[in-house]
Amino acid sequence: MSSGTAAGVPTIIDALPPRAAGSVDKMPDPHPKSVGFQDLFFRWFTRFFAFLVLVILAGILLSLVYGSLPAIQRFGFGFLVDSTWNPVTEKFGALVPIIGTLVTSAIALLIGVPVSFGIALFLTELSPPWLKRPLGTAVELLAAIPSIIYGMWGLFVLAPLFADHVQPWLIGTLGALPLVGALFKGPPQGIGVLTAGFVLAIMVIPFIAAVMRDVFEVVPAVLKESAYGIGCTTWEVVRNVVLPYTRIGVIGGIMLGLGRALGETMAVTFLIGNAHQLSASILAPGNSIASALANEFTEAVGDVYTSSLIELGLILFLITFVVLALAKLLLLQLAKGEGRKT
Amino acid sequence: MRSLYLRRLAMNRFNLAMSLLAMLFGIAFLFWILYTLAAAGFHAFSPALFSQMTPPPGSKGGLLNAIVGSLLMATMGTLIGTPVGIFAGIYLAEYGSRGWVAPATRFINDILLSAPSIIIGLFVYQIYVFQVKHFSAWAGSFALALIVIPIVVRTTENMLKLVPDSLREAAFALGTPQWKVITMVTLRSVRAGVITGVLLAVARISGETAPLLFTALNNQFWTIDLNAPMSNLPVVIFQFAMSPYDDWQRLAWAGSLLITLAVLGLNIMARLFFRQRTPN
Repeated sequence: MSSGTAAGVPTIIDALPPRAAGSVDKMPDPHPKSVGFQDLFFRWFTRFFAFLVLVILAGILLSLVYGSLPAIQRFGFGFLVDSTWNPVTEKFGALVPIIGTLVTSAIALLIGVPVSFGIALFLTELSPPWLKRPLGTAVELLAAIPSIIYGMWGLFVLAPLFADHVQPWLIGTLGALPLVGALFKGPPQGIGVLTAGFVLAIMVIPFIAAVMRDVFEVVPAVLKESAYGIGCTTWEVVRNVVLPYTRIGVIGGIMLGLGRALGETMAVTFLIGNAHQLSASILAPGNSIASALANEFTEAVGDVYTSSLIELGLILFLITFVVLALAKLLLLQLAKGEGRKT
Repeated sequence: MRSLYLRRLAMNRFNLAMSLLAMLFGIAFLFWILYTLAAAGFHAFSPALFSQMTPPPGSKGGLLNAIVGSLLMATMGTLIGTPVGIFAGIYLAEYGSRGWVAPATRFINDILLSAPSIIIGLFVYQIYVFQVKHFSAWAGSFALALIVIPIVVRTTENMLKLVPDSLREAAFALGTPQWKVITMVTLRSVRAGVITGVLLAVARISGETAPLLFTALNNQFWTIDLNAPMSNLPVVIFQFAMSPYDDWQRLAWAGSLLITLAVLGLNIMARLFFRQRTPN
């Protein structure tokens, strides 16, 4: 088998390594070089996409910082504690939306956490087995309903109900109390911080309940059975065995819900009233970071206005990042502990 | 002694009753919202909804351009986001035991999964819309793709982790190169799970409004030009619901019913599909 170099034209035969004499019975190499290259290529190819996820996050952060530079240079740290928001004089401060975001999320957790706990408790301890799946699915579907649907439903169904029944009642009872009363003053308008917080509560319930249910289910049956064995009631088992065992996971779930509530946009935009004003009453309209962005961003004129809005976005991103990172760390710690125990 | 016993019993009964109430509370809102949508949206349904464009206030019209826009952008978003998500998920599951890239990606991915979607819109506005100086359906698709990616990464990784190592080892023992093991053995064995993840991602982006506000914006007219602003259901619903016009609000209800049916349908479909295709 002579090579084709005689004609001066290299052929494929030339590229092959010369065969050693007497190697006829040698097995073919199971891992030719090309396979090693393919493997390496595939590994780096997938690694590139994994890396891309990191790049996206870095990109979000950098673009927000870059976009908010004009506002940061102009207002400095005063931006965080200033409550004016005046597009005409180009004087902006983030205090009102920051407070609105925090207060609506706090209301959402105040209502949402006990309800989520009840749902998780029902699904893990009380529900007959045949009901577990349909009920669990129903709660998960609550999470699937788009935010804008919650907003519309809240605006047209819930807000009138709040204005006519719930808020007058709150003003009449809690509003008359000293100290707490200041929170429930003012005309019952329906839309406002309280209504927005209430709808947020319904929206975060499925997320918190799902995490709670999942962590409740990892409690070893032996622990619960021992408690039942010494005569505990179901509630005592949950209170003294299940909750202490899953404490970290429960807090992680709540943080996850908080992260969702902080960044929720459309539902809040429909319901919070979009008023740049500071009010002690939670019945009054206010504004949240996300809804200020949704309402004003496309209509903002001028560098300072746009960049102030982007700085609001940056603040929201940083807050949710910290909250979600904490949630993730807590849940990771739980997973690690589980690995040790088994 | 007996009083203590009774008190414990009462406490138990009370708290379990509260738990039942909480469950009913959650379910009640699901049905309340669905009932409202069905009642208000159903009588706004008509053939015109699917054959006419979004009208100016005070005249008859439909949602055709918005429906087509939503479908187009959701499709593009899914097509862009899915491969990225699947490959990143493969890296995390198959190569992710060593190095710093995998743990960091896993952590960041879970944060992106719950990150406010309006921030995604702001990001795409900054890097794309602001640079080319006009809103476009491409920008909207990119924003939706950024929401798809973390969902697909998470489900792909979770599904691949479920594959028993013995399956990989069996494939390796036949002399199969690793990339073939991954693409033709492990990934194939969890196909149903990965598709479920993609379906859930599609369901999620079909209702997303916030990221489209600053990217695709809205368009009153028919267009399938991805380089121009494009109408889409969520933004149309937002605009129409907030308006004082009766006929616009009616269209908003019809659109809401349409979106909710699509999203819940996709969710239920994904679940059924997954349950049917996986043993046990």
